Amino acid sequence: MASLWFWIVAVMITAYVVLDGFDLGAGVIYLLVAKTNDERRRVLRAIGPVWDGNEVWLLAAGGTLYFAFPLLYASSFSGFYLPLMIVLWLLMLRAVGIEFRVHLDNPIWTEFFDVVFAVSSILLCVFLGAALGNVVRGVPLDATGYFFEPLWTNFRLGPQTGILDWYTILAGVVALVTLTAHGSYYVALKTDEDLGRRARGLALLLWPLQLFLTCVALVTTCFIRPEVMANYHAHRIGILVPIIVFASLAMMLWATPKGKEKAAFAASSLYIVGMLVGAAFALYPVVLPSRDRQHDLTIWNTSAALHGLRVGLVWWMLSAVLAVAYFVFIYRMFRGKVQLGEGHY
Amino acid sequence: MESALLIHRLHFAFTATFHYLFPQFTMGLALLIVVLKTIALRRNDRVYDEAARFWGRIFGINFVLGVVTGIPMEFQFGTNWAVFSRFAGGVIGQTLAMEGMFAFFLESAFLGLFLYGEKRLSPRAHWFSAVAVFVGSWLSGYFIIATDAFMQRPVGYFTAADGSLQLGSFWDFVLNRWALWQYAHNMSGAAITGAFAMTAVGAFYLLSGKWTEHARIFVKVGVVAGCVFSILQIFPTGDRQGKLVADHQPVTLAAMEGLFHGQNAAPLLILGQPNELEGKIENPIEVPGMLSMLTYQRWNANVQGLDAFPKENWPGNIPLLYYSYHIMVGLGTFFVAVMAVALLLLRRGRIFSARWMLWVLMLSAPFPYIANTAGWMTAELGRQPWLVYGLMRTEDGYSKVVSAGNGMFTLLGFMGMYTVLGILFLFLVRREIEHGPGAGGSAAESHPTAEAQ
Repeated sequence: MASLWFWIVAVMITAYVVLDGFDLGAGVIYLLVAKTNDERRRVLRAIGPVWDGNEVWLLAAGGTLYFAFPLLYASSFSGFYLPLMIVLWLLMLRAVGIEFRVHLDNPIWTEFFDVVFAVSSILLCVFLGAALGNVVRGVPLDATGYFFEPLWTNFRLGPQTGILDWYTILAGVVALVTLTAHGSYYVALKTDEDLGRRARGLALLLWPLQLFLTCVALVTTCFIRPEVMANYHAHRIGILVPIIVFASLAMMLWATPKGKEKAAFAASSLYIVGMLVGAAFALYPVVLPSRDRQHDLTIWNTSAALHGLRVGLVWWMLSAVLAVAYFVFIYRMFRGKVQLGEGHY
Repeated sequence: MESALLIHRLHFAFTATFHYLFPQFTMGLALLIVVLKTIALRRNDRVYDEAARFWGRIFGINFVLGVVTGIPMEFQFGTNWAVFSRFAGGVIGQTLAMEGMFAFFLESAFLGLFLYGEKRLSPRAHWFSAVAVFVGSWLSGYFIIATDAFMQRPVGYFTAADGSLQLGSFWDFVLNRWALWQYAHNMSGAAITGAFAMTAVGAFYLLSGKWTEHARIFVKVGVVAGCVFSILQIFPTGDRQGKLVADHQPVTLAAMEGLFHGQNAAPLLILGQPNELEGKIENPIEVPGMLSMLTYQRWNANVQGLDAFPKENWPGNIPLLYYSYHIMVGLGTFFVAVMAVALLLLRRGRIFSARWMLWVLMLSAPFPYIANTAGWMTAELGRQPWLVYGLMRTEDGYSKVVSAGNGMFTLLGFMGMYTVLGILFLFLVRREIEHGPGAGGSAAESHPTAEAQ
């Protein structure tokens, strides 16, 4: 039962990164590809009706994590205190940047909200990547199941790590590049003319970097934490992960110049799924590794009692069906290229 | 008090208080928007549609702030109250996760449709999206209240071998009697905030002679809703909530009422300042026997005072608890009086020209915010010194790994951030109100993501 919840939470986090990833990425490239006010409004309209719903996956995943693995929630949220608070502030700034921009028609403030939106999107990508990096690398857990990390120590992988060291910064950069590309594919899919062309061009430009960083990240991860290979050695099915990752990279390169925007965006989504599921597969059944390898938090020592988990499964399945239905409905509603001039109210 | 404990408490209190300024309004307003949309749909009335759209825009601004200030609430259970989360997460994790899964998805999906989809939807489908937003926000409220109710009156749990609380009976936990009454009381309070705000904007327009056609609708709908919910707020919801406190937290009742010494025929204190050191109320104005009557339906019933309980179980801050409670009750009484007079004038058709009444209605808009905040302070200060009533004390629940210095850093960060957000909010809402509900779209042409020309 705990294993099932491990995979449910992993799937929810993956859904969050795939969905919110494209609107974060759209924020990263916002100032770069959208030059005129019209173009900026088109980017915002492309993500407008969905970004808030996408972000709900983070909240829902957080809530589900709390419910299924209370100790993991308690330990990781207090241990990652500072970066989480910074993430919260960035999420706030970003929401304000998107939603309040046009409530002030003064061009100076429009420009200000544009920068707020872009900068908070960039930093969020880096922090989310660094967060994943911390989980893969392991944290200084003690026997009580708690730890606390300062933002940085000496940027090395010693026993007292900080949130940021060279490895987690690398993870942050990988996330930034991945989500920037992901956002570019989305903008290319949802817009046309110069804007769509620029987004496609940017995605192509990023492709070699993404390939290079993928290889670097995979190799360094195996190097700093050899245990990640254990599940791959034990279960043949693990071979699917690198196949999916590299096949989706190839598909992005193939689809983009041909103007197959849907295929390119799907490939980018598949790439994210491959990377995250690969990380979850490597960790399982550990949910938060400790630096000294003695005090790992696992699905067994952090999960809630069986009865609660069983009850939760009933309502969770019901609510997940509903949530997916809303998403299908909303995305169908706002499908196609964004048009300005369609009107509203 | 230990400084880390104090900072973590202030952290939650500050962020929760600021946060709840927005949901109390959106939950109340969502109901009123459904009323406006329903009338618009039935009568095919353009003015009601414009009224709904106008409030939809103000709803949107409030909703964004409710969302961004709400995310830290979910996080803080883990970041600042880790020991508590580990202790009680096996139970309250259920409702917190359900809130995300059932309510947030529903709200976020249909709010987008409601705000940006009117052109793409049939009138009926647009009406439905308003209803879905209303259901989502009220559902969200229930899950939070059920979580709080568990902290006030833990039920449906068992204690596991490692000392943590785990879910025993889902239905006992979710249908906690405390949750049902607190929910009714709280939602009625939210509806009061929405009704007073709608009435106040209507009164403002009538007084300044602008948008009078819409303003009449605002006043009409606002006064009727305000009257209904102001009464429900006191009876039965407030009354039943008070009896639950008397049954399950008698020491809290004594502190709220400022009853230092237990007595027969206990008086109801209207005014007066508690003097904790000497254990008495200074300058009291009281109604003899009334507290006994309200609590036990007998004039001479015995009500336990604070002296009946060991001092370490007294709520920590008795004066603040006492004032919060009395401010809430005082304002609640004021709401009934104002709305009853307004309804009388409305029925006689005189309200739209009764300038003195319009002034009162306009200036009353902030009071429901104060009353709702005071109500929550009564509930949460009254719960002290317990975090989970009778099971875990507040001083044991905070994150021991997060130092006072780190807590102070983020508390100050939130204070700065919320000051900016608050100023921005007032500015944007003022613009919408200035711009008015006419056909010309919103103050800034509408929404970034959906606006067109």
